[in-house]
Amino acid sequence: MMRMMVMVRASRDSEAGILPTGQLLAEMGRFNEELVKAGILLAGEGLQSSAKGARVRFSGSKRTVIAGPFAETGELIAGFWLWQVRSLDEAIEWVRRCPNPFDGESEIEIRQVFEAEDFAEAPASGLRGQVSRLRGEP
Amino acid sequence: MMATDLQRSIDALWRIESPRVTAVLSRMLRDVGLAEDLAQDTLLTALERWPEEGVPDNPGAWLMTTAKRRGIDHLRRQKLLERKHAQLGHELASEQEQHWADTESAMDDGIGDDLLRLMFVACHPALSAEARVALTLRLLGGLSTAEIARACLQPESTIAQRIVRAKRTLARKQIAFELPCAAELRERLASILEVIYLIFNEGYTATAGDDWMRPGLCEEALRLGRVLAGLMPGEAEVHGLVALMEIHASRSSTRVDGEGRPVLLSQQNRAQWDRLLIRRGLDALERAQNLGPIGAYTLQAMIAACHARAPTAQATDWKRIVQLYDALAQLTPSPVVELNRAVAVSMAFGVQAGLDLVDALAADATLKNYHLLPSVRGDFLSKLGRLDEARDAFLQAAALTGNAREYALLQQRATDCSRATGRS
Repeated sequence: MMRMMVMVRASRDSEAGILPTGQLLAEMGRFNEELVKAGILLAGEGLQSSAKGARVRFSGSKRTVIAGPFAETGELIAGFWLWQVRSLDEAIEWVRRCPNPFDGESEIEIRQVFEAEDFAEAPASGLRGQVSRLRGEP
Repeated sequence: MMATDLQRSIDALWRIESPRVTAVLSRMLRDVGLAEDLAQDTLLTALERWPEEGVPDNPGAWLMTTAKRRGIDHLRRQKLLERKHAQLGHELASEQEQHWADTESAMDDGIGDDLLRLMFVACHPALSAEARVALTLRLLGGLSTAEIARACLQPESTIAQRIVRAKRTLARKQIAFELPCAAELRERLASILEVIYLIFNEGYTATAGDDWMRPGLCEEALRLGRVLAGLMPGEAEVHGLVALMEIHASRSSTRVDGEGRPVLLSQQNRAQWDRLLIRRGLDALERAQNLGPIGAYTLQAMIAACHARAPTAQATDWKRIVQLYDALAQLTPSPVVELNRAVAVSMAFGVQAGLDLVDALAADATLKNYHLLPSVRGDFLSKLGRLDEARDAFLQAAALTGNAREYALLQQRATDCSRATGRS
């Protein structure tokens, strides 16, 4: 089994803060219900427009805060799920069943989540250790 | 689409659809074995047709419709056969027509109910625990016989036989494909919960180097638990079991060290516990407690939650855990629960108090061969500085365990005791 982050790309409407129609909300609700019934939905949220967000840009030791909104709409995320599935193909099959999240063109991206086992091969001082240190552990 | 891509996407689709298809056919045909055969035929049809004709727009619905058609064809053939053999009268024939009509309308009913029926049948108490596990993984998990064999560390032929025999038992005993009546519900549900928890524990005891199918059983059990929670949202213990599994699963990456040795709860790196699973577990626990009555799974989940909530091992609320073990011991009295309770008592009220309980338990014959009893006793004795006795207890425990890693750990602890007392 694996976990997949399934991300809905933002649209002009979602960036403009326009809420989905009642019909779409109902369809999404039914789709989410199917995911729950299948036992694969771990988490999921919709994100507000990037106008309400910010970015922190790193350059060496310097940090610069950039306020939203951000221009590249098609690269932004408007919502996500976390699914537990058996294969990428299973995730693809579920995404096929998802209602189109926006009018017209839209895109959903599926990405596999790293699991602890993925670092198991690395030596103790390797990535796993780094992750622990990053999390402020001894 | 490349042939292999298509094959993989049909596999994925079948994983999603096969439990539902099998469930609906089981209800039509009242025979789980036959239903699974027809479901497999449906899959074969798809595998033959789709590469040439293309995948239909709604492949899930296509599979279901095709399967139902096969089911109806089968019923028709059966009826023709019966006519020939028994010269059925007109009256009976029309009764059968009515039966079809019933079947057709029943098919439009909730698939959820059919899935639930399938769970109750696969976990029927008439079957042995291992048969229930294999059948559940096969029918509801959509796992192949080979996958189940790999996951359960059994030869494929053993699992195949187990499944065939289970189906035969269901047919021979004429187990109805129905939801249990209210009087039977508790016992039958307990059987489903037991099977799901067995599957979970099978995966939980997997060690490093095992086939990845084994730890995958934990996730499959969790998925089945979540599915069941959706089908029976009003049953507290279903949520209790889900909570217990989610919280245990949250610790899976910290339970063994880099060399595959078990790490005690108190030594685990809590920052690496999976916060999402803990939160899901606590949510499920809240649902269980709100619904009530509080059963054994819910109590165990409450104990697991005490650990999950403690930011450090030192901050664990051991007095609360002792209370919960008291309640668990009342609900399901067992020497194993008593032993766990003794550990909690030692943490809450001092090692001597725990040792007194363990010594009393040692008199219980049922724990004679249970390696954890001398193991816990050894731990208490060593903490009290009674190292000679502790060493003997660890050696006794080592002799009883069947697990190589535990054996090594217990031998090591015995050696540590000897070294501390200056003996070799």
